[in-house]
Amino acid sequence: MTQNNFLTKALNDTVMTRRSFLKWSAAIGGTAALAGGVDFGLKAIEGAAAAGEEQTLTVGCYHNCGGRCILATKVKDGTLQRIVPDPTPVEEETAEVPRAIPCVRGRSQIRRVYAPDRLKYPLKRVGKRGEGKFERISWEEALDTIASEMKRIKESYGNEAFYFNYAWGVTWNGPDGSSIIQRMLNLFGGYVGYYGTYSEAAYGVAMPYILGGYTGNSADDVVNSKLVLLLGDNSLVTRSGGDNGGYWYMKAAEKGTKFIVVDPMLTDTVAATQGEWIPINPGTDTALIAAMAYVMVKENLYDKEFMATHAAGFDESTLPEGAPRNSSYMAYLTGKGYDKVEKTPEWAAAITGIPAERIANLAREIASVKPCAIIQCWGPQRRAYGEQFVRAVPILAAMTGNFGISGGNTGQLPGGGYCPMGGIPVPPNPVQISIPCFMWPDFVTRGTEMTVEKDYIRGASTGWNATAGDTTTTQANKDLRLKSNMKFMWNHGGNCIINQHADVNYTRKVLEDDSKLEMIVTVEVGMTPSAVYSDIILPGTTGFEVDNIITGEGHGIKGNHAWALYNHKVIEPMFEAKDDVWIAEQLAERLGFGDKFRDGHATREDWMRDMVAGAQASVSNFPSLEEFKEKGYFKLPGGKPFVGFEAFRADPEANPLGTATGKIEIYSPVLANLKNEEIPPIPIYIPEWEGVSDPLREKYPLMMMTTHFIARSHSTFENVDILREAHPQCIWINPLDAEARGIKNGDTVKVYNDRGIVHIPAYVTNRIRPGTTNIPQGAHYTPNADGVDIRGCGNTLTNYRPTPMAKGFTAHTNLVQVERL
Amino acid sequence: MAKQLAFYVDINKCSGCKACQVACKDKSSLPVGVRWRRVFQYEGGEWIDQSGQMIPSNVYAYSVSSACMHCAKPICMDVCPTSAISKRDDGIVLINADMCIGCRYCSWACPYGAPQFNEELSVMTKCDMCHDLVDMGERPACVEACPYRAMDFGALDELQAKHGTFADPAPLPDPSITEPAVVYTPNKVTKSSRNANGRLMNLEEL
Repeated sequence: MTQNNFLTKALNDTVMTRRSFLKWSAAIGGTAALAGGVDFGLKAIEGAAAAGEEQTLTVGCYHNCGGRCILATKVKDGTLQRIVPDPTPVEEETAEVPRAIPCVRGRSQIRRVYAPDRLKYPLKRVGKRGEGKFERISWEEALDTIASEMKRIKESYGNEAFYFNYAWGVTWNGPDGSSIIQRMLNLFGGYVGYYGTYSEAAYGVAMPYILGGYTGNSADDVVNSKLVLLLGDNSLVTRSGGDNGGYWYMKAAEKGTKFIVVDPMLTDTVAATQGEWIPINPGTDTALIAAMAYVMVKENLYDKEFMATHAAGFDESTLPEGAPRNSSYMAYLTGKGYDKVEKTPEWAAAITGIPAERIANLAREIASVKPCAIIQCWGPQRRAYGEQFVRAVPILAAMTGNFGISGGNTGQLPGGGYCPMGGIPVPPNPVQISIPCFMWPDFVTRGTEMTVEKDYIRGASTGWNATAGDTTTTQANKDLRLKSNMKFMWNHGGNCIINQHADVNYTRKVLEDDSKLEMIVTVEVGMTPSAVYSDIILPGTTGFEVDNIITGEGHGIKGNHAWALYNHKVIEPMFEAKDDVWIAEQLAERLGFGDKFRDGHATREDWMRDMVAGAQASVSNFPSLEEFKEKGYFKLPGGKPFVGFEAFRADPEANPLGTATGKIEIYSPVLANLKNEEIPPIPIYIPEWEGVSDPLREKYPLMMMTTHFIARSHSTFENVDILREAHPQCIWINPLDAEARGIKNGDTVKVYNDRGIVHIPAYVTNRIRPGTTNIPQGAHYTPNADGVDIRGCGNTLTNYRPTPMAKGFTAHTNLVQVERL
Repeated sequence: MAKQLAFYVDINKCSGCKACQVACKDKSSLPVGVRWRRVFQYEGGEWIDQSGQMIPSNVYAYSVSSACMHCAKPICMDVCPTSAISKRDDGIVLINADMCIGCRYCSWACPYGAPQFNEELSVMTKCDMCHDLVDMGERPACVEACPYRAMDFGALDELQAKHGTFADPAPLPDPSITEPAVVYTPNKVTKSSRNANGRLMNLEEL
């Protein structure tokens, strides 16, 4: 099948009955005839190459994998031909600035643009919410309806009834994206915002209590490490392309760096770095860390001087003022702490499933091989007591003398360089209240009852940045309350309404009652489960249909260099898809503040010119918009790899950390004041609900994680046929557990607990611990007539029970039973 | 006579991500079900009881990216009843779609499963080493696609001089059958077709 035929099929499968208001010109072979006389071809964009001529233009991969890559696409006669990697000439590639060759997902982008499930025109719900019955409406009607509903809801409930839901399907700098919509909503009077993320809520909230901020070494520094200890890091899958984390791990392995990976699964990162696998029971990393620290203490293998000068509360002598006796980490290790239990390797072996001797040897190895990079990733903190893991790992980095040195790390996730770029200006939100992003269903059901002390609602929205503004524990205004429950939700390229949020069957019930949340507007490119639960669906553009700007840092997990990409509009928007700037502006007009919204920006280019000016203000050689567009990318070398907290290591008095004591705060006096057993002042092992030792295992014996997957960025790319083919959705299960249940590799199985049922093929593999299973997250929830999910959406089984402090998603802490179907 | 062209894969650098497979399908517009490049996940070992604790014993895993090997002895060519398969001067083995009757003899004969039936076209198809790109001096799409630079392509004798002659990482068959134009660098757990003790895991690639 040629690309053109593929496109023809995509068009034909779904659009036979519609008439396009667009004047499509150049036909793609045969489509016009097949479409019953409707003129339907694809039009070359203005200024495109002449007919028959092929152009290569840069486009971005702009989703939320945590990495970033540079793509280019060959385009001819208004049709995408094929993807090519980062067009930087090979001879310009350097060791510090490698070409950002896209991963398997990025390579498939054309099939995502031409996916048969592309939304083609605005839709309004006609059946019950979630039933999936929609009617085609005009853009005029869609925008008029949204505007009048916004006015009605504002009049009845005020702006505190509005919510902009957590969503990252389009993660780029702009002009398209969340900012332009938020600009419109703020000019409208504002909305309740969120803080934190579904990815790293506990990391974001808890890390500042020990290190005062986030400053891992840049990812390219691992090539300087002799040994790398990864805790729950599968960068070869999550940030698998380009110049992201996975690339640098492979570079280090190639140079001879040894990898040791603590993970319940022998991940692709273990296999590809040819690392040593330490298969651990899920949710027990803090017990392993305590036992390793215990061995280092008993065998005198740690940097005593550093711990005395740079840490607070490691032992009794450095406890902050006012801390009770025997509340130090040392007391916890040696059996003098609150639980009077020595954290011996034997103690940890019973919990972690790792033999005691192996734990002791691991402690000796990481204490003696220098430099050693100790790196945590976010999987282990997306668990019942994720905050404990976050704060425990830096202790190992500090004890072993690897903190603040090249080839070492701070125990955090690696960072990376960034290219400062202006963005769309978002005026201040008049609504000065926000919720933890994961808690939005509570905002629907009991928003006005949510409190600062129990639900950790906060003042002004800080978006993903969980530590800006009020911190969780030092709220200025304890009496903060929402004036309304949520009545209006804007869902911008997001799938957290259904699918990416926990416990789908509960969320469904919350949403199906449309007397509570009255209006859900979704902007999407495909019919996601969240779109199905919306009232108005607006068809958005993909990155190939709009000019935009993307910077390379993603979440910063890459080398110390940076880049910015000019994302070209390479084809006209498919069907009736519209870009975000247009949508926001149309609503601003209808709501009566069009001029204020535009603020002198008549075109998309005007916004982009401002963004480039922003970059030029910080980077003197940043090109003009025209030059930037022509070349397609701008790369900013970073020089030597960055070392986190280097200055603090050199002189902790002159360069204190951002903690209360200015030290590595192993004992946090601020957390001690909370007097909450689930948020203790030192990071300890707390046995999990639905964890390895929960008696519920008698009924549901298998632990289940829902890790990231190579074929998707969360739920994005789920609709791409060749990715589904390359990496089928399945549940990983150990042969011992499978044999006991009569399950063979490839059998379809039933996975269930009290929250739901999933039917999914089994992947029977020795690469996962016995007692543990994994359903990769992001498959689109697909219920059959009995309410059984038949695609393998892990959130049919997960728990809407947040972490204690960050109120974060506990996606990996679940118990299930598995049966052969 | 031009030199025989060949693929090279360094298993040390392969993560099993299948960017090569997807790039191939993107470049050659292949439908679902036709995979000119396949990536086999191979795994071995077991879990054993060590004084009450379950521990992994020699558990290993690696991936093998594999396509048409453009063999020195292309058995597909031998069995084709319509002489639709030919070998170019540079060793690239091609199927002429106009002459192919879709009988599938080639796919049954090939020990690599390289020729695959395309139902929409009703003919056999297989990796053509992106000969259109190669003829323009470019590299095949799969080679260009690898984020970890695990792949290369070039003259077989030059690749062998550089990387050795290992051509049969399990689960691939004994190379003496067709003399494939391919070179692999094994990683430390890679087995050969002769000492294979694991199993092919990803059933979608069967």
